[in-house]
Parts: sequence; C-alpha cells; structure tokens
Amino acid sequence: MAFFLAWRLLYLVPVLIAVSVLTFLIASLLPGDLAYVILGDQATPENVAALRHDMGLDQPIWWRYLSWLGHILQGDFGRSFRTGQTVLQAVTERVPVSFELMILAELIGLAIGVPLAIACAAKSGSAFDRFMTGSAFAMLSLPTFLSAILLIFLFAVELRWLPATGYVPFTEDPLANLRFMVLPALTLALAEWPGIMRVLRSDMIAALQEDYIALAKAKGLKPSRILFVHALKPSSLTLVTITGINIGRLIGGTVIVESVFALPGIGRLLVGAIYTRDLIILQGVVLLVAAGFVIVNFIVDLLYAALDPRIRHGHA
Amino acid sequence: MSGALLSVQDAVVDLPTPRGNLRAVDHVDLSVGAGRTLGIVGESGCGKTMLSRAILQLLPKKAKLSGRVMFDGQDLPQLSPEKLRKLRGQSLAVVFQDPMTSLNPVLTIGTQLIETIQEHLELDLAEARKRSIELLAAVGIPAPEQRLAQYPHQLSGGMRQRVAIAIALSCEPKLLIADEPTTALDVTIQAQILDLLAREQQRRHMAMIIITHDLGVVAGRTDEVAVMYAGRVVERAPTPALFKQMRMPYTEALLAALPKLDAAPHTPLPAISGRPPDPTRPLKGCSFAPRCRYAAGRCNTEKPALSAAETPEHVYACFHPIETRARVEA
Repeated sequence: MAFFLAWRLLYLVPVLIAVSVLTFLIASLLPGDLAYVILGDQATPENVAALRHDMGLDQPIWWRYLSWLGHILQGDFGRSFRTGQTVLQAVTERVPVSFELMILAELIGLAIGVPLAIACAAKSGSAFDRFMTGSAFAMLSLPTFLSAILLIFLFAVELRWLPATGYVPFTEDPLANLRFMVLPALTLALAEWPGIMRVLRSDMIAALQEDYIALAKAKGLKPSRILFVHALKPSSLTLVTITGINIGRLIGGTVIVESVFALPGIGRLLVGAIYTRDLIILQGVVLLVAAGFVIVNFIVDLLYAALDPRIRHGHA
Repeated sequence: MSGALLSVQDAVVDLPTPRGNLRAVDHVDLSVGAGRTLGIVGESGCGKTMLSRAILQLLPKKAKLSGRVMFDGQDLPQLSPEKLRKLRGQSLAVVFQDPMTSLNPVLTIGTQLIETIQEHLELDLAEARKRSIELLAAVGIPAPEQRLAQYPHQLSGGMRQRVAIAIALSCEPKLLIADEPTTALDVTIQAQILDLLAREQQRRHMAMIIITHDLGVVAGRTDEVAVMYAGRVVERAPTPALFKQMRMPYTEALLAALPKLDAAPHTPLPAISGRPPDPTRPLKGCSFAPRCRYAAGRCNTEKPALSAAETPEHVYACFHPIETRARVEA
C-alpha cells in the first residue's frame, strides 16, 4: 500500500510539470503585450520598454518560464496588476464558494443518479427502466445555461421559493448560504445525474449476470443484500471514476453557473481575469485549477484501491 | 419415488432463442434419496447445467420450466420467493463450476461465509465467525482464521473451490448440488476436491448430485448415475450396475473417450465423432442416432423410451442396447 501510494505520488510530478508548461504557453501566446495592457493608451515606447525590462518580458520564453516556475516553487504565484491582490489571496478567497458549489452539485447528482441506477438495474428492461434511460438521455443534451435559466424562471420568478442571484458566506449564515446555493448546485447536478445513472446502471446490469450473483441467490441471501452489497460494491468502481471526472468537469462548469447566479467563485475570477486581460491572475488560476484536477484524480486512484482489493494488492 | 429427498418429475426447460425454441431439458425424471449420491453425466450442452439450475430455481428469466421439482415434500417451482430463499443455502446448497467467478471479488472470504450462516442460523457474529473458521478447517484450508480477512484473488483455484464448498456446507444442507466442481481445476487438485466432497457427504449424511462430463468422476463416488444426452436422460442405473454392463451406446462412447493410464503411448483417443444435435431443431428419432455406430432402421424415425434392463433401477433409452446387439445382428 505504501509503495502504491509513493508510486502514484511520483507519477504526479511529470503531470504537474506538463500542466505548468501548457498553462504558461497558453498565457504567453495570447495576443497583446502585457506592458501595453498595464500602461494603457498613453504609454510611450520608453515606458513600455522599461516596464518590459522590469517584468522580464524582454527575456527569452524559456527563461521567463523557469523564473515563473521558480517563484511558484517558493509559493509566489504573482500579483494582479489591477487589484494588487496576489493570486493565492484571490484564489483562497473564492475557492470555498466554488468548492461548496461543486460538492453540493455532485452530492445532488449522486442522490438522484445512484438510486435511479439501482432501481433501473433491478428492473432492467421494464417500462420504468426504459423511461428513465430515455429521460437521462434527454437531460444530457440540455445545456447548463439553459437549465439555469429554466430553474431561475421556475423557482425564483414563478414560485418565488429561492433567490435568483447573490451569495452569503456559509460561516455568516449557513441557512441563507444554502438558499443561495441550491439553484446553482441543482443546475450543475441536472447535467451530472444522467451520466452517473447510465454508467452505474449498465455496470450493475453486467454485475447481476455474474456467477457470484447466482451463488449469492443460491445462498438464500435477501434480494436487497444481493443488490446493495454483492452487485453495487463491484460496480461502484466506475462510480468513483465518473465522480472524479465529473468534479474535474464541474470546475469548468462553475464558470457559466457562477456567472449566471452571480456567485463570487473561481469561475467568476477566471472570467473577470479574461475580460480585464489580467494575465498573471489568469495563468495562476488556471495552473491551480489544473493542479486541483490532477489531485482529484490522484484521490480517485486511492479510492479505487480502497474499494477493490485486487488493485490494492497489485493484481489489477 | 415417494420418500425421495429430491424428485424431479417430467421436467422440461424451454429457452426462447432468436433461432427458435431451445429445449434444454426434455422430460427428465430423477430422484435422490436422503444421504444418497447421484452423478449426472453428459457432454457440454446436453442440458445437465440447465437441469441443475432448474432444481435450484435459478434458471434465466426467459427460460420456462414445466414439471415438478419436489424437494423435501415441497414443489419448488410453486414456492413463494421468500420460502425458496429460506430453503436455498439452508437445506439446498450448490457448488458451481468455476471458483474464479463464483466468489464475489470485492468481499472477503469471511464476509461471504458469515453472511450465509447469519442468514439462515440464529448465530451472533462471534459464533458465526467461529463456525466459519471450523468450516474452513474442515475443508482443508490452512490458517483458516487469517483466511477470513482475505479476498478470493489471494487464494489459488483449488483453495477457492474449498471456500465455495465451505459456504455450501455452512448450514448443513440436506442436498448439495456440485455442478462440475472440478472442471476448472488442475488435475492434481481434482481428486482432492472430489475426495473432500465425498468425505463431507458421508460425514454429514447429506444427499449429493455431482454433475460432470467425466464418467471417471462418478465411478466409485456415486450410488447412482444418470447419463444425459440432448436434454434427455438416456440411461440411469446404480453405479456398479452401469459400469458392469452399460446398455446405451452413448454411455459406452463416453467411457471409451476417457484417457486410460494403461494404454500404450500415442494411442489415439477414441473421441465421439460429430456433434450433439442442434437443440433448436429436435430430431424425430433417437438424438444420438446420427453419431451412433449401431443406429439402424427405426432409430432415425422413432424416439426410444426409457425401458428397464434386468432390474427396474437400471433403465435406458435405446432400440439396440449393447447387451442384445449380438442377437439383433445374428
């Protein structure tokens, strides 16, 4: 187990280096010189040249990358030239919002998807199963921005149950915080549950055909135990995979939802940085988000090992 | 057949397939008395596994079973799912062919044993655990206490089959169905597992059905043998009588197909030529006729019924049984 962990951790290093290279390249290849952006229309060529020299922009790209990386390794991700806030400050301020949103969305998605998948697998081929599989397919093709607007219309405008926009930190007023979070999380969850349900359903249907299910029946176990222990546990591996991938996708998904519902999260920070051409914030945030995604996947790998003894013991 | 622990009466299993109805089991009658052993022998696809699934009421959803399966005074197909569940694992147990796939890969050996025991017997966890350790020891697993925490993949095939047997024995069943219990195992392990089954069968005085394609497996280990071909029982006899004088040419051919230790090296194995008939296209006459070297005349137009040999326990379905052939040919 320790070996497995160390090996997986080592594996993270090249991935994170590749992520940092790509992030830096994308930010550097964006058109427009950062010095012009900062100095604005009134800049003289001398001022621009001086600023470029100060910022190291006149250095070759590999040198700039290495110095950026060097600063990052010392915990310095740079500072916004507009607000003066450091990348780390900006991110830590907004991460709780996005994090809460993602967790809530994934929980709601699982709460809808998992029971439906189990019910469909237990009655596969029935009218209920066909109806739910069809509905899931329909939901998959509904884009987030559309479901966001539909939900706002229904719950905020027509029923007036929930606020359409705004945010209160959880630490200030947990209940009010949840009221603001429900609609955005539900919007994201609507795109999450169909994938969860379809994958788990087909996995469980396959598991229910296995010999060990026949033996579980021959042992006289209760149908509920066969379904929830003997079939669900081997099938939950893919559930972990898809949850991990979903969380990665949700990081991108929050960009739209945070904009629609005016939540001060990472997504809004990113969109704002793009509008204001705040490249330092942009490349710092993208790097941190990508690193977060890689770490989520690392955790997924660990969960595999916890769930499947064959992986834990190196039998794959 | 009254008084038998299990009696299968006129069982028919039909499976709808895209190519038409497949009759997997064709009017089979069998019975096993308490504490007795029955061997069911036949080549792949002869319906022996379908028959065992029919007894256990574990047929695929699409399959249709007719006839009666009387077990311990109850007609199993008529039982409610809940009553059937209480019976399975408790007094009716099974060991499947492949121990690699019949144990759940993500649950420990202990979990899979203890859940069976606790389902049927009024034991608390500590008692069930103790019983599991005793069972594992009884089936010849070394260090049984440590095994409880292990997963199936950490055990060899033979060990897994021993675990499967321990699970089957866990609630003292009255009948154990062993469906090709050694087919997936190394030859060296096969005899050990068969001896283990025979020993536990005698010690616990339970009835046992061994399903196999290997006549050698049932010889000396069963009280009675039923030979199946194309879904039907074609010969049934007390084991000594069968091996002393088999009547059905198919039984003879099965026996001839076994490798013999005393045969000279490089002796070709007399395999049964041809293949079993397509079960979706039943033949009018004897199912074995196309492959039978004695087939003649009405073999191809009429199905032979089971008829008694010199004792009523020995029955066979053949127009030209081996013993009378000399006279027919003369």
